This record gives sequence, C-alpha cells and structure tokens, in this order.
Amino acid sequence: MSESRTSMSDWTRKTGAELADALAAGETTSVELTQAHLDRIAAVEGAIHAFLHVDAAGALAQAAESDARRSDGDLRSPLDGVPIAVKDILTTTGLPTTCGSKILEGWIPPYDATVVTKLKDAGLPILGKTNMDEFAMGSSTEHSAYGPTHNPWDLDRIPGGSGGGSAAAVAAFEAPIALGTDTGGSIRQPGAVTGTVGVKPTYGGISRYGLVAMANSLDQVGPVTRTVLDSALLHEIVGGHDPRDSTSVDPPLPALVEAAPQGATGDRSGVRVGVITELGREASAGSGWQAGVLARFQESLDLLVEAGAEVVEVSCPNFVHALAAYYLIMPSEASSNLAKFDAMRYGLRVVPEGDPSAEDVMRASRDAGFGDEVKRRIILGTYALSSGYYDAYYGQAQKVRTLIGRDFDAAFEQVDVLVSPTAPTTAFKLGEKLDDPVAMYLNDLATIPANLAGVPGISLPSGLADEDGLPAGFQVLAPALADDRLYRVGAALEALLEKKWGGAILDRAPELKGADA
Amino acid sequence: MSDTLLSFEESLEKFDPAMGLEVHVELNTNTKMFCGCPAVFGGEPNTQTCPTCLGLPGAMPAVNAKAVESAMRIGLALNCEIAEWCRFARKNYFYPDMPKNFQTSQYDEPIAFDGYLDVEIPARSGEGTETFRVDIERAHMEEDTGKSLHVGGATGRIQGADHSLVDYNRAGIPLIEIVTKPIMGSREKAPEIAKAYVAQLRELIVALGVSDARMDQGSIRADVNLSLAPAGSGGLGTRTETKNVNSLRSVERAVRYEMQRHAAILDEGGSILQETRHWQEDSGVTLSGRPKSDADDYRYFPEPDLVPVAPSREWVEELRGTLPELPREKRARLQKEWGFSDLEMRDTVGAGALGLVEETIGAGASPQAARKWWLSDMARRANEKGVDVADLGVAPTDVARVQELVDEGRINDKLARQVFDGLLAGEGTPDEIVAARGLEIVSDDGALGAAVDKAIEANPDVADKIRDGKVAAAGALIGAVMKEMRGQADAGRVRELILERLS
Amino acid sequence: MPEITRQEVEHLADLARIDLSDAELDQIAPQLSVILESVASIKEAAADDIAPTSHALPLTNVFREDVVVPGLTAEQALSGAPEVDQQRFSVPRILGEEA
Repeated sequence: MSESRTSMSDWTRKTGAELADALAAGETTSVELTQAHLDRIAAVEGAIHAFLHVDAAGALAQAAESDARRSDGDLRSPLDGVPIAVKDILTTTGLPTTCGSKILEGWIPPYDATVVTKLKDAGLPILGKTNMDEFAMGSSTEHSAYGPTHNPWDLDRIPGGSGGGSAAAVAAFEAPIALGTDTGGSIRQPGAVTGTVGVKPTYGGISRYGLVAMANSLDQVGPVTRTVLDSALLHEIVGGHDPRDSTSVDPPLPALVEAAPQGATGDRSGVRVGVITELGREASAGSGWQAGVLARFQESLDLLVEAGAEVVEVSCPNFVHALAAYYLIMPSEASSNLAKFDAMRYGLRVVPEGDPSAEDVMRASRDAGFGDEVKRRIILGTYALSSGYYDAYYGQAQKVRTLIGRDFDAAFEQVDVLVSPTAPTTAFKLGEKLDDPVAMYLNDLATIPANLAGVPGISLPSGLADEDGLPAGFQVLAPALADDRLYRVGAALEALLEKKWGGAILDRAPELKGADA
Repeated sequence: MSDTLLSFEESLEKFDPAMGLEVHVELNTNTKMFCGCPAVFGGEPNTQTCPTCLGLPGAMPAVNAKAVESAMRIGLALNCEIAEWCRFARKNYFYPDMPKNFQTSQYDEPIAFDGYLDVEIPARSGEGTETFRVDIERAHMEEDTGKSLHVGGATGRIQGADHSLVDYNRAGIPLIEIVTKPIMGSREKAPEIAKAYVAQLRELIVALGVSDARMDQGSIRADVNLSLAPAGSGGLGTRTETKNVNSLRSVERAVRYEMQRHAAILDEGGSILQETRHWQEDSGVTLSGRPKSDADDYRYFPEPDLVPVAPSREWVEELRGTLPELPREKRARLQKEWGFSDLEMRDTVGAGALGLVEETIGAGASPQAARKWWLSDMARRANEKGVDVADLGVAPTDVARVQELVDEGRINDKLARQVFDGLLAGEGTPDEIVAARGLEIVSDDGALGAAVDKAIEANPDVADKIRDGKVAAAGALIGAVMKEMRGQADAGRVRELILERLS
Repeated sequence: MPEITRQEVEHLADLARIDLSDAELDQIAPQLSVILESVASIKEAAADDIAPTSHALPLTNVFREDVVVPGLTAEQALSGAPEVDQQRFSVPRILGEEA
C-alpha cells in the first residue's frame, strides 16, 4: 500500500480545480482525497492548530455520497467531491459552532448557514471548523479562546486573523480550499501572511444568513484558497441572492470562473490600475510599512506594467480616517450583536453563589464567557452608541463611511481596479502585539476601506520579503458588483509571479516537521 | 400601602391634566414581523419559533411586506404622513423574554407621523356629541417579546418568584405602536377622552381588518402617560406611564386614578416620581413599577441587517384607495339607516356596542331590537361583571337568533333573558337552551284552554264584566293564565280563547 | 485627549451586562483611553453636511411575502438551553421589569 500512500500525500498538494479534474478523470475518489486531507490534518494539527473541530466521519460520509452520485452521473457542482474547511463562525447543524469563544463552547446549531447549505448541495465534504479570533475580533487568531493557530511558514508567528485557521489550513495543505469571513480584512490579511489567496466579495454578494455577526454592515463570507481560480470556483458556488439575507444583492454574479483564465492567459494591455497613494507608497514608508512588503508590491506593479497594464497613482484622501471609522462602527454593531449571549437560551451559564437573579447570571456568564478583546470592543461600542457620544463617534464614523465611498467612486472613474499591499508587514511573532490593541488594529489599515464601502477585494501572494523570507500580500480592489475584475487582474498577476518565482510561492514554504514522516 | 387621592373635582380645580397615549396593536398577519413563523395566539410553548425569532447566532431578519402595508394603512387612516424613506433601528436593552436583547423597532424615522384622530364624545351640553381632536405623533413598526411564566411566587407575579419559564411563540409578532402628541385641554373630560380615543382607535383598527383588536387577549394594549400642571399654567408636569391597561373601562379608570393620585401629591407640595406604574384590574389602583433612570440608554442605531423602507407615492396612493369607510362616517350612515336618535346612537357608541349592534342587525335582527338587547340587558350584565360589553362572551349572531325566536312567537322577552343566562353559562346555542330549559311558549289550545277555563272559574266577576262587553278586563284573566303557565304561554292566543268563551 | 474614567467603564459594563472585576476595570480603562485617542480624529473628519452611511449598498424595500415557512420544533428550539422546564426556557428569577 506504500504506493497508494504516496499518491494520497500528493493529493493534498493539489488545488481544488486539479482535484476536480482528477475526480472527473476517474483518477481518484472523493473518499480517497478526503481521507488524504484528514491524514494530513492528523499529521500536522499538533503544530498548526488550524481546526477547532474535525468531522472525519461526516466528511467521509459526504465524500461517499459524492462518489455514488458521480457513478450515477449526477454532479452537483464543478467542485463536487472536493473537501473544504469552514470557519467556525458559520453555523453547521450537527457540528459545534463556537466562534472561538468559551461562551458558545459545545453549542450545536439547529440550522445551517446558507453558505453551508450551498456547500452541502454542491457536494463538498466539510472537513471541519477552523480556528479564529473570538467572534472574529483580532488580526492574529491569538484571541481564540481555544489557543492560537500557528503560521505554517514559521510556527512562532501568527497566521493572521481573524480567519487564521482557514488560511493556515489551506497553507499547510490540510484543506484545498476553505471559507472565511472578512469584516475588516479577516480573509485578506491572513491570506497575505500565509501566502494564500483570499477574497472579500462585494457586500451582499454572498449570503450572511448563518454567519454569526460581528459587524453586520461590514461582514462578508469569502473564499480562502491557494489559487485565484479556486477562489472563483468557490465564490460561484456559495454566491448569489438569498431571500433570508435582506442585504444580499439581487443581480446575478458576473462570470467569475471565466474571468480567471481570461486574466491568466489573455491580453492585459489597457487595464487601468490605480495605486492608492495613501496605502504603502513611498510617502507612507517608515510609518509601519515593511520595506520587503513594499518592494514585492512595487515588483508586482512592474510586472503588470510590463504586461501592458496602465498604472497610475490615485489619491483617496479620506482613507486616513478609515481605521478610526472602522474601530467605531465595528464595536458598536458588535456590542449589540453580542448582547444575545446572555446564558438564557443557549451557551455558557455561570451561576454565582447566593440567590442570583437572571441579571446576576447574565453578568457573571458574560464576564466568564467573553475574552479580553471581546469585552474591550463591547465596552467601546457601548460607549460609542450611548447618548451624548453617538453623534461624535458613531454618527461621525458613518459620515466618514460616506466620504470613503466617494473616494472609491472618484477613483473608479479613473481606473478599473485599485491596488495596494494587503497588510503593512509580514507575519509577526505570536505575542508581539497582544498587549497593544492599537498596534494590532493597524494591521487592517489597507483592508478596511473595502469593507466600509462594500467593494470587493482579493489578496494574493506577491512573493517573499527579503528581510524575513515570509510571504507578502498584494491587494486588488474593484467597484461593487464587479468582482470578476478581481479574478481577471488577480489571475494575470498570479501567472506573471509564478513565472518570475518559478512556481507557486507557497511551494517555498518549509516542510512541516512531523508531516508525512 | 394605599395612595392618597384628591377628589376628582378638587383635582380639576387645582390642576390641568395632560395625557399621552401609546397603543400597541398586534397585527393579524399570517407570519411574524421578521420571519416566516406563524403569528397566531396560543400554541404549545416554543412551537412557533425559528432561528430568527429565537435570536440564534447567525440568524437574520426579513421584513414582512404585509406588516409594512398594514402599518401604512393604519397611518393613512390616522391622517398621517407616510415617510418617503425610513429605517428600522435597534433598541438595546437586556430582558430574558427578548431573544436578541435588542428590539428591532423604529426610532427617529417612523413609517407614519403627524396625524390625528377626531374622537367623538358626549357634548358638554348633554345634547348630542362633540368632537375632540387627538393629534398623532407617530405610528411605527416593531416586534413583540416572548412571554414569561413566573414560578414560585404568589399567583404568577414577578415579585417573589423563584424562577421564570419563557415561551418565545409571541416573540417577533408584528406590533404597530401608535403614539399621541400630548393631549391638552381635556380637563374633566380627560378620562372619557382617553377611553373614547382607545375605543375609536380600536374601531378603526377593526374596520381596517389589520388586527384581531382583542384587548382581553392583549392584541391591543394601551399605556397611559399622565401629568398635571397647575390649573391655567399651560405647562407640563412630571409624568407617569401606566402600563397594562387592558380594557376600555380601565383606560378611563386609570386616567381618573392617576389624576387624583398626582393631585394629592402635588397638593401637599410633593413631587411626582417619573416612573412606570402598573394598572391593577382587580383593585382599580396603579402600583409603582420601575423608576426611569439612565439605564434607559437604549443606544438606538439603524438596524444593519435590514435595508431602508422607501414606499413609492404610487404604493401609498394605492393603499389609500383600500381604506374602508372611516368609523365616524360610518356612524353617520348607520344612524340614518337604523333610524336611531342622536341619543340612541350616542349611547350605543358610548357603550362600545356599535359593532355588536351592527353585526346583530346584519344577522337579521331589527335595529331597535338589536339596540334594546345590547344596551339594556347586555350592558347591565357587562357592568355587573366589570367587563366591556364586547368581552361578555355573547355573540351578535346569538342575540339575533334570540330575537328571531321572539319574533316567531316561540319565546317572549322575559324568556329571552333566561336564554341569555344560559348563553353566559355556556349551555349551548339559543335553540339548545330553549329546548334544554323547556322555555318554549305553549300555544297548544288544549293546554291553554284548560288554563283559561280554570281562570274563568276562579274569577267569575271578571268573566261577567267581559260578557258585558268590557273587553279591557281580559287583561286580568290573561295575567292569571300566564301565571298558571309560568310565563310560557302565547299571550295573544290566550286572549283569543278568553274572548271566544265569553262572547 | 479623550479620557475614559474607571467609573465610566464601570457604567458601560453595567449597560453591557458584564461583571468586570476590579483588575479588569483597572486594565480596560486605560486601554480604552488609548483606543479612543487613536480614533479621536474622527470628530473633525467629516463636515456637518455629509450624509451618514448606514448600509454599504443603496438597497431599499426588500420584503418577504406573508407566507408561513416551517421553523424549528420545540425540541430543536430548546436544544441549546442551559435549563428546560415544561417545554420552556428556565431562567433565574427576573429582578427588574421590562423597559
């Protein structure tokens, strides 16, 4: 059986599209490649801790169903049979959904998120639920109540956050593809620091029903993959209008899967690319932007220019206020969303001594069940919404949102897409910013404007920074509903970079100790 | 500890009342405000919930189109402006019967605003009616809460309970909250105007068909705000908000009570505590509830999961076209159709029996018969039981059937009252009660003839008078026969039989 | 510089129903002051005449037909409850009354 073991380990190195092709060609079965990923999880989870819950039995059962369907010629989607990991913020019947919080420890939802239903309908076996900062509050996954996830590039470093689990699972070949959520960069920043691809679709492009809300007006579900094409494939499966989500948009998604190969192989001349002055240009270098990240960014721009794209600099003057607006709007909405965790209907109930009232139990349970960062944000949001402060904080932040939207509108008059480095730095060390919330927040500087305006964005690896050899991210932003541009430009750059680096950047990640031994 | 009260008359000598009425109307839509769960009364506990109305993590609301339409129709019927653009907002506060710990409501952008309702009250002159205009501040959409059962305390009260059991079937049922502007200048009519406002608002809601409008089941709930200011000052005093006022009678009593209670406190130089109070139906008093405090910082903000409601003017006009005849116009029409005098009409409306009379007439009774039963017999019984006549438990169709039995000569008015006794005792339909109680009038000549003969024999003097042509004397013999037959005789036939025998 | 006092944090924690310990209050108050200082620029960032944005995309009038759809069974509804009695959610005694 040694030959089969070798081929099984190979399956984990394949992209989602490659796995789909292999299934179609009859070279493997969904059960075999699901098992291969489960084996990989078993081998490396001790080091990575990307998952909060692995559902081997469930995934294999779904895989067997997919195989049976395939033999009947009944395929549900292009990725039928390709296993996937799901961020633990999306509800799943029969599988715990904790959002990385003690307050939801052991909670098994009685309903599936719309995107989970779509995955099941499309025949994708769900490997398990991935780790995250508690309630998606963080940029490092260190705020998970169940311990941090480690970056496969360097186990002493963070995998980004809040969706560090999904990104690390994909980067460590534990899952070919995954779902994440992005409120201020929680898909894109982990993508940047793990050398993977992450997409935040247009707000409303993918249903949020069953996504445990942090900030409803900013949250979006999106793909986490190793290639641009895989993101497009997954995006098409989970995207589209959902009557259960009143903010979901009605017009059908543009053809995303078509856009990726068009971008990779087609003519790039005439594409107008806008570089955002306020995000990572020379002027802002030194203010937290890592030189290696900026160098890889410039290199990528040069490649696009060589390929015929027209690159211009575009100023978005209000972006300097984006971080402040975000750190008022997000905690405000979160403080209200998280009120439901009160120990009455589900979740952790802590009963203090004596003859406690419902109020006492609520207070004690919320103190015990929420971590520090969650408490900080709840208090901050409560403050920003309270009478006397609303206009100065929440109200002003909503106005800044208008101004940022106008900046985008003006910029997209001039260019087809906007670009920037995804995150200011490569992965930092675990613990490095844990006691400095504001320093942690600065990681989201470049990703937040897209959430505030609802426009789509993608992050893909731009190479490795010279000073630390860690991956850096390149962000592409497009106008609302023009998600196809992300895939067209993203795939073009991906192809150019692959040529330059002589293969996928993730192939340069160190082999994990203990894996495939 | 009971409150000190100033007499109503003295209260008015010294103070002017200002009122504000907040009425919650539970809509009779098929589904809840933000999810597809059934919005029906009752049901086994926690059988009408879904992730949304249970506030489960990840669930999202979706607005019921019918509820929005009902809200706009209520607004239009109240002469309100309909917002061109408005949003839902979250009202944040913690309470175990509220699944999300925020209520999805509307804040500074209600769907309807700036309207009025012209309320008819008995004229001060005592003749006919006069109109008092109540200005409407707003009508907005929101959702109801779950229901708690308090265990271990006295008679299900929250105080002293050991724990509570929560049922979320009611959580999320659509509510329209209708808020008046301060009602000034009502003076001694204040209690009457408050009651008339709620009664006529209820009639409007019934006419619109948007709610079951049952105060006894809580599908219409009134909160009464009241404050007093020194007479003639034109100012506004500190107000109290009395909740749980769940009948028309109680609205009137609660206003009167709070006026007298405030007056007694103010008269002694005290000050009113701004607080919520609770109306006690059984004892007819209000009890102190929760003081208003800075804990009432509801941190409203626009509900991000719902998009704005922006009704097109075409939609608004279309809905305006669906408005039924307004109650006031309808009253004028009915009065003419029924041939009621002003006084008769006023009493009918005042007793809250207009709809009942109308339905009774619709079921076949004559207008005067319908009015007679509801305003005399039913009104007396309702008064004895301390309930609104509509909540007595007698259906208009039953009243119409009883009158039909009278018209057919099968019972008379006196027997009809016994049928109503049976109806209230739950003995079945009027026909079943007549049969079971053996109330049908005897018109069989055999039985009647024997009784007539007996009466003639026992009253020879009277019989002689009749033989002499003094027919009017027959009344005495008829009375004797009726007594013999325990009232169950056809009086007309008895007369005929007497005259046959004595002519 | 926007300062948030320990007392204010205590009041906010009360509004948010979190029983913060003394140590937590000592820690959070200065952290919030730093965070608020970092967002203080927001106050001058937008002029009065700028309309606020509450929703990223300009959708309006998204409604659902008034048609019943199946929900949860009582068993499902109560499946996560810390305590159940008489097919209801059992909660400790409720002190205050509803707002």
